[in-house]
Amino acid sequence: MSTRLARGGRLLDKGRVLHFSFNGKRLKGHPGDTLASALLANDQMLVGRSFKYHRPRGIVASGAEEPNALVHLGTGARLEPNQRVTTTELFDGLTCTSQNHWPSLEFDIGAVNTHLARFLPAGFYYKMFIHPRPFWKHVYEPFIRRSAGLGRATNPGDPDRYEHFYFFCDVAVIGGGVAGLQSALAAAEAGAKVLLIEQTAHWGGRAPVDHNVDGGEIDGAPVDAWITATLAKLQDMPNVTLRLRCMGAGVYDHGYLLGYERVSDHAPGTDAPRHRLWRIRAGQIVTATGAIERPLSFAGNDIPGVMLASAIRDYAVDYGVSIGDRTVVVTNNDDAYRTAITLKKFGLEIPAILDARQSGGGALADEARALGIRVENGKGIAKVMGGKRVTGVALCAQAGEGAVLEEIRCDAVAMSGGWSPVVHLWSHCGGKLLWDAAQAQFRPDPANPPRGAQGEAFVIAAGAANGASDLAATLSDADAAGKTAAAATGHKPKSTKAPTATATPEAALEPVWLMPQGAGITLRMKSWLDYQNDVKVSDVQLAAREGYESVEHAKRYTTLGMATDQGKLSNINGLAILSDALGQPIPQTGTTTFRPPYTPISFSAIAGAARGEIFQPLRKTPLHAWHEANGAHWEPVGQWRRPYCYPKGEESHRDAVNREITQTRTRLGLLDASTLGKIIVKGPDAGRFLDMLYTNVMSSLKPGRCRYGLMCNENGFLMDDGVVARLDEETFLCHTTTGGAEGVHGHMEDWLQCEWWDWKVYTANVTEQYAQIAVVGPKARETLAKLTNADLGNDALPFMGWADLTLAGLPVRAYRISFSGELSYEIAVPASLGRALWDALLEAGAEHGVTPYGTEGLHVMRAEKGFIMIGDETDGTVIPQDLGLGWAISRKKADYLGKRAQERSHMADPNRWKLVGLETLDGSVLPDGAYATAPGHNANGQRKTQGRVTSSYYSPTLGKGIAMGLVHNGPDRMGDMLDFPKVDGGIVKARIVDPVFYDKDGEKQNV
Amino acid sequence: MSDAVSALNGARYEGFATIEDQGLSGMITLRGDLASKDLRAAVKSATGLGIPAQRQALTGKGTAALWMSPDELLLLCPYAEVTERLAAIEAALKGQHFLAQNVSDARALLRISGAGARETLAKLCPVDLAPEAFTPGMLRRTRMAQIPAAFWLNNEGAFHLICFRSVADYAFNLLKASARPGGEVGLYA
Repeated sequence: MSTRLARGGRLLDKGRVLHFSFNGKRLKGHPGDTLASALLANDQMLVGRSFKYHRPRGIVASGAEEPNALVHLGTGARLEPNQRVTTTELFDGLTCTSQNHWPSLEFDIGAVNTHLARFLPAGFYYKMFIHPRPFWKHVYEPFIRRSAGLGRATNPGDPDRYEHFYFFCDVAVIGGGVAGLQSALAAAEAGAKVLLIEQTAHWGGRAPVDHNVDGGEIDGAPVDAWITATLAKLQDMPNVTLRLRCMGAGVYDHGYLLGYERVSDHAPGTDAPRHRLWRIRAGQIVTATGAIERPLSFAGNDIPGVMLASAIRDYAVDYGVSIGDRTVVVTNNDDAYRTAITLKKFGLEIPAILDARQSGGGALADEARALGIRVENGKGIAKVMGGKRVTGVALCAQAGEGAVLEEIRCDAVAMSGGWSPVVHLWSHCGGKLLWDAAQAQFRPDPANPPRGAQGEAFVIAAGAANGASDLAATLSDADAAGKTAAAATGHKPKSTKAPTATATPEAALEPVWLMPQGAGITLRMKSWLDYQNDVKVSDVQLAAREGYESVEHAKRYTTLGMATDQGKLSNINGLAILSDALGQPIPQTGTTTFRPPYTPISFSAIAGAARGEIFQPLRKTPLHAWHEANGAHWEPVGQWRRPYCYPKGEESHRDAVNREITQTRTRLGLLDASTLGKIIVKGPDAGRFLDMLYTNVMSSLKPGRCRYGLMCNENGFLMDDGVVARLDEETFLCHTTTGGAEGVHGHMEDWLQCEWWDWKVYTANVTEQYAQIAVVGPKARETLAKLTNADLGNDALPFMGWADLTLAGLPVRAYRISFSGELSYEIAVPASLGRALWDALLEAGAEHGVTPYGTEGLHVMRAEKGFIMIGDETDGTVIPQDLGLGWAISRKKADYLGKRAQERSHMADPNRWKLVGLETLDGSVLPDGAYATAPGHNANGQRKTQGRVTSSYYSPTLGKGIAMGLVHNGPDRMGDMLDFPKVDGGIVKARIVDPVFYDKDGEKQNV
Repeated sequence: MSDAVSALNGARYEGFATIEDQGLSGMITLRGDLASKDLRAAVKSATGLGIPAQRQALTGKGTAALWMSPDELLLLCPYAEVTERLAAIEAALKGQHFLAQNVSDARALLRISGAGARETLAKLCPVDLAPEAFTPGMLRRTRMAQIPAAFWLNNEGAFHLICFRSVADYAFNLLKASARPGGEVGLYA
């Protein structure tokens, strides 16, 4: 059983007690514990059930590589599934429950799967759920969805807050172990600006655990002391930033590094953000990310109590926790002997060390024997006994097929299959790996680092992450890495020497990918590779036999490495089995792609502060508050919010729109038109420039006058429209659509900067400088006359003219333009005065029943007049000639953007659909986007079409539905009848008519 | 004018940095040949200042000259004086190719001050705001979360920030969230 030791626990504050609960059980721990060490101290080894077979799962590791011990952490809105107990810091009041079992962790009905294992191998999903086809939707998919995953998805509404932080440095060092500390120091001493981040809550990594037992020293002092001194030096340097609880999540192009800081996971209930995402730009990145131990593949290696050898000694030294009273150690290398020696010195029993190497180990093996520990060479584990907990192991010869030589009673197994450098961050941005056969590991290939824009290397691996095999090699490698990084960012490294270290020489490791070497199928079906997804040695061999030979295919076929631990313990063991099955060397198999993040990060951190009111930048006009206060129903127009209509009382939207239109056409309406783009174009070549941008001639426009213009792109398609006003000899003001303002401005600057760079034209986007209010209707002039002494007669301010005046004491520009077909003035006023003007107009117009109207009223009225709308009548493939706008296309101009494109045969094709009006026989409103069918079917078996609806509304002015559409030969077919099928199967009949439904001669805007 | 209101209407927030609406400021967009003598004279007569270099903000008594692009400056002055200063520019550049537009109402102007000002902005803008990297007189046109914005640092350690009027609420709320107590990063304070 696991228990707290009297000694040990270097990370703990044993003077204080913390209370927490697991599955309702109230337990105790200490500050400094992880949830894992606290659970183990309370003899809670069983923590979950595996994904497919629901096998009992215990804690296997001590860090982020943990595959099994995932819990629901917290309750209610803060419940988080799949939290690793090994990386969860214990805090007072912590509550957690285990996952993926029913009715309970101890008695899980899902365990029946394990007895059906023969029928549920890898590839089962593909073979089982594919037939019969109809079963997928109603039988298989619901079943899979119910059983999928481990933890439960949480309730929406994360009550915590999150943020980002942008940070810049010369050298970013990832990993706070001895390699990271030395790299940071070397770079900082050269004068570089250094960031050092460490994912756990403490500095120093695993060196104190490993070398306190073997007497390893740095510069003649204990490892602990060197770490403390180095940290103090770094803390004193103004060019160094240190950050704990901050994980390097991903490396991206141009030295971009994501840091995931868990600001208050360990201290909930404060005002601090929960997580902070550091968005770092570094000149050089040093990955001092250490290495992860590998399991060995023997039968029963998944039974709770079987753990990584390094983890077992971590729990003893760092947390004062004994995993078991009797621990059998099984290994292919010398490092695992450190665990045996550590436990022995704590007074615990080691019944045997099973060394798979025939020639056994080196100095550490000798030391173990000297301590009285039994060491067996050339031996391995045939199988582990026990169900929910290890009860013993059966020995065999590693070279054999698993015949049991002896059974040994024990309650823990410490396994070590070697060490895999953590190469993820090196690999994210293109770093390549090489297979080091002597150390049986993939490590960074220094000849193929991640490269920047000029081909320069921007990531350097250091220490164990770079394959350094002992403390001395780690320190000198790290020192070199720090100096190289400093030099690469323009700093001169000091000519100091790397720290020296005494290292216990180790005998060579022997790769052992299967234990025993000749294990038969029964044993191989119980030799686990991926603990979370239940992938066994036999599964990978099956994949190879079935032809899934690429390591990427074998991964997907078996799901090896696809769980939340991203294969940290299983990938290398798995690809070694695959290589063996295919009879090819490991480097030929290669690894699967490493993708960020290194371990899972919260979505909330990625979203940062962008939620609620600051989810997106809503754009508000100066009149926004008035609209809000007066019941506006909002419509999004890009990021703007515009009133769609202003329902009064219980009015429906449809009734509100009808009321607004009727009032405007008979008396007086007001529209907030502030969102439309306004661009100043000024210079001696302004006229020439606008002649190129518009299809019309703009250079002939006189000061004081306005002209409606069409803007096409280079490909000839109509992209925007608007009224251009000439302000003076050299200055024009171009209106654009609301959505087109930034795009048209960019379009103008693009052509001026890249093509006509010698033309003398300046532009300025003044959209936000002015509020703009349309005063519309038969009473418009009378109303304005109350607010000004200026002459508003038809001669002084004719249709399509503009004038500067004073209105209600405010300086305004009135454009006499009309999008509704009524008498209409668009009044521009400095935005800060917009509300004052609006209020004055409401007051002056009250006697005429002034009615603010919204975008829907605007749309219907322009449709009644047959005016096109960019985005309705245009869709990126429509040209002005399709829309009956040939009158706006100058035949005199030698060139304009789109002219040549419009000469292409497809553009000049008489069969192009053209704009017409559409009137239903029954007065109903044609569905938006409906197609008019033609007789017959096309080559795809689809019904032929001859037209489509581009805009469709109910017109209160005409008392019926009206629509515009593009129809084949439309303008020549006035009066023809068309069929428009509806989605409910019915057909609406409509007649082709003139698109101008109302005031055909345009008299009303001229009064 | 007494009727003129800024978008944020004097809003203020005190967190570990202080965010304050600066109300209406005169603003003139000036485009022209920044190397020309006449433009230099125009800027001098309108603001009393010289031509700022790339990413530089020059400040004077109630005025500022901000570098916007290789051929564009933004000039600040008291709101009530824009018309006359615009006229001064037009007089100095008469007959030349230039653009001078009154854009005083198009933007919101905010002041971010206090020990946490740098960190507040560093949460939102991809700019190196370390004390040694961003010094008084520097200006940056950049992105603040999802909107364009520009800010500069004065000699008293306060930042001034401009953004478009339509997104003033969003900008203010962003800065509020950033400066909320408990969120101190602990680097630049």
